[in-house]
Amino acid sequence: MATPPGRGRGLLAAYEVPKTDKRFIGAHILVAVIALSIGTLFGPLQAFEHSGIDLYPYIQPVFKSYYQGLTIHGVLNALVWTTFFITGFFTLTIIYGFKRGLRYPKLNRVGFWTMVVGLVMAAVPILLDEATVLYTFYPPLQANWAFYAGLTLVVVGSWIEGYGFFFTYRAWRKENPDTRTPFIAFGSLITMAMWQFATLGIAVEILTMLLPWSLGLIEGTDPQLARTYFWFTGHPLVYFWLLPAYVSWYGMLPRQAGGKLFSDSLARLAFWLFLVLSVPLGFHHQFVDPGIPSGWKYIHAVLTYSVFFPSMLTAFTVIASLERAARNRGGKGLLGWVRALPWNNGSVTAQLLAGILFMFGGIGGLTNASYNVNLVIHNTTWVPGHFHLTVATAATLSFMGISYWLGPWITGQPLWKPRLAVIQAWTWFIGMLIFSNAMHVLGLLGAPRRTPLGVAPYVPEEWSGHLLRVGLGGAILLVSAVMFVWIVARTAGGKERLGAGEEIEIPVAESLQDPQLTPLWLDRWVPWLVGTVLLILIAYGPQLIDQIANIDLGSGRAPTIRPW
Amino acid sequence: MSQPGSTKQSVHIDPYEKNWMRISIILLIIFGTAVTVAGFALGFQVPSPEERVDPNNLTGPWLNPGLRELSPGVYEVYIIANATTWQFDPPAVEVPVGSTVTFYVTSRDIQHGFKLQDTNINMQIVPGQVSKLTYTFDEVGEYPYICTEYCGLRHAAMFGSFTVVEK
Repeated sequence: MATPPGRGRGLLAAYEVPKTDKRFIGAHILVAVIALSIGTLFGPLQAFEHSGIDLYPYIQPVFKSYYQGLTIHGVLNALVWTTFFITGFFTLTIIYGFKRGLRYPKLNRVGFWTMVVGLVMAAVPILLDEATVLYTFYPPLQANWAFYAGLTLVVVGSWIEGYGFFFTYRAWRKENPDTRTPFIAFGSLITMAMWQFATLGIAVEILTMLLPWSLGLIEGTDPQLARTYFWFTGHPLVYFWLLPAYVSWYGMLPRQAGGKLFSDSLARLAFWLFLVLSVPLGFHHQFVDPGIPSGWKYIHAVLTYSVFFPSMLTAFTVIASLERAARNRGGKGLLGWVRALPWNNGSVTAQLLAGILFMFGGIGGLTNASYNVNLVIHNTTWVPGHFHLTVATAATLSFMGISYWLGPWITGQPLWKPRLAVIQAWTWFIGMLIFSNAMHVLGLLGAPRRTPLGVAPYVPEEWSGHLLRVGLGGAILLVSAVMFVWIVARTAGGKERLGAGEEIEIPVAESLQDPQLTPLWLDRWVPWLVGTVLLILIAYGPQLIDQIANIDLGSGRAPTIRPW
Repeated sequence: MSQPGSTKQSVHIDPYEKNWMRISIILLIIFGTAVTVAGFALGFQVPSPEERVDPNNLTGPWLNPGLRELSPGVYEVYIIANATTWQFDPPAVEVPVGSTVTFYVTSRDIQHGFKLQDTNINMQIVPGQVSKLTYTFDEVGEYPYICTEYCGLRHAAMFGSFTVVEK
């Protein structure tokens, strides 16, 4: 029997997460933060190179080139830090959302350790300069087979963790047939479901081409088809990074700010739309590819525009939730209420600033998606400028903010120097503002991405001021990253235990409207899953059939001399 | 706002949010129309499949890359990207102002990029495929073509020079 609306949802009812689960979540965050702390170190090296200070010669004995550094930076930050943080964070949102343990805790442990093994397998060839292929690893650049196998295991591990969440949901659903799925668990499940669809592209790319090729079993690859597979995964990967931040922005941040989720049903609708629309639009990364008909590129451009709509829903609902929270705290004025938000809280500040920069990220993303407008910025520094606002700020700075309550919650120790956490968030914001703006401007001027511009012979004088700002932004970001890692490490290593009554609350926002009043169609999986599959088949089916039917493995043989 | 005591299931949409959704959709329609008109009425187009080639055995016009005049003021230029030398072949091209030039670019080995600065010529160069775009040069000047995709250690040095001269 359904619980009567308005009462007994138990959202805030106490549920003590067992110690073993805390440790398990902590293990994810530990790997994530280690990956971030190594990967981030290489970011400033690239940024400094742009402003004429090349430090790579000094680390030459260990790290061979700018490009090896760039590979480490991309793989560790964009793939490892995110995937481990997300699966760890979701373990918590699933357990705490459902107020029950994982259905098969061992399954999730298998998933985690599969990811760890994969990470080590991929890391060894990267560190040995055997996989300097950047995080897109476009063939015919050929890495050591262990790199591809390792990445596959990381993805498979994340799938297994996802299955663990789905089984947990099924068990909870049997116990609670008439209750709306708690929002934080709901958002996490959809993200992991989207991830299952999204990663099919990269799985097929590696298993049918790159892995057998790197093992010498097939003569070559089809580089165009490989790109199509890669970007099948590559764009939804962005939503895999962003949606966990959305889970926090919708379902947790309002509570931290002293308010409620403005619209439960529209929040859920946005997540469903992200499930349906995240995958079938990857060609917008391939607008300038020679092997895809322009008509299909145009269709994907239109579909990319449609995914802008749930982002706009998110902007409204999150800001409305925060405005209500701020007005409850005495905030006044058309925009003056912003000052009433708890800016003295590092966790909140980090996520607010992440959201502000993400607005620019969204606008830039719309530019990228705009078909022929893409010709202006494709493969220029505009693109990394853009995704440093999305993955490196909207997601990363939000995850940093989440860490500021999650760390103390896991370790039972108070956050080390909470004021410093606020400063850390602001320095990330300022550093990224400078860095990203310079990268966008340079991109409009024609500066190529993935290029040590400090040594490029064609760089005109007019770029130099912007190149300096790239280095300045990078320097500020380095300071900020060091602060973050230091705060987390000191929090974990602290000796000061949280006393009785000081326990960290897992912030879960209530909805303004009782979730039981959210229509049932927003809590049913089948129609949305069917829609997702259909749209993928329509948007990708014909081109995939055509490209696979015309596959030419002779066109992508490994170069005779390793180009790095 | 939620109505206290209401037990009816509904997607409750705040009037402000309804307007916001309308604005979002109108914005997307405006942008989409602009892109569509520019692409299909004004001819600002992205590359489309041109031809498949064997990068290990380039034949036909690829045996002799470079500029060819098709008719007065109308040119085509074949350019091959190489990662073994990190050079474009040919490394330099010169045309008179007012020329319409169709670029055909392919790779002999791995992926490259081809971006002609200050124009809309920007293409991914994929072995086995031919990338093609056309541009009319109305201004005299230097338009370097640079490699915009990572292609190995000397990627940053890979560029060619395209010069538009007085007639």
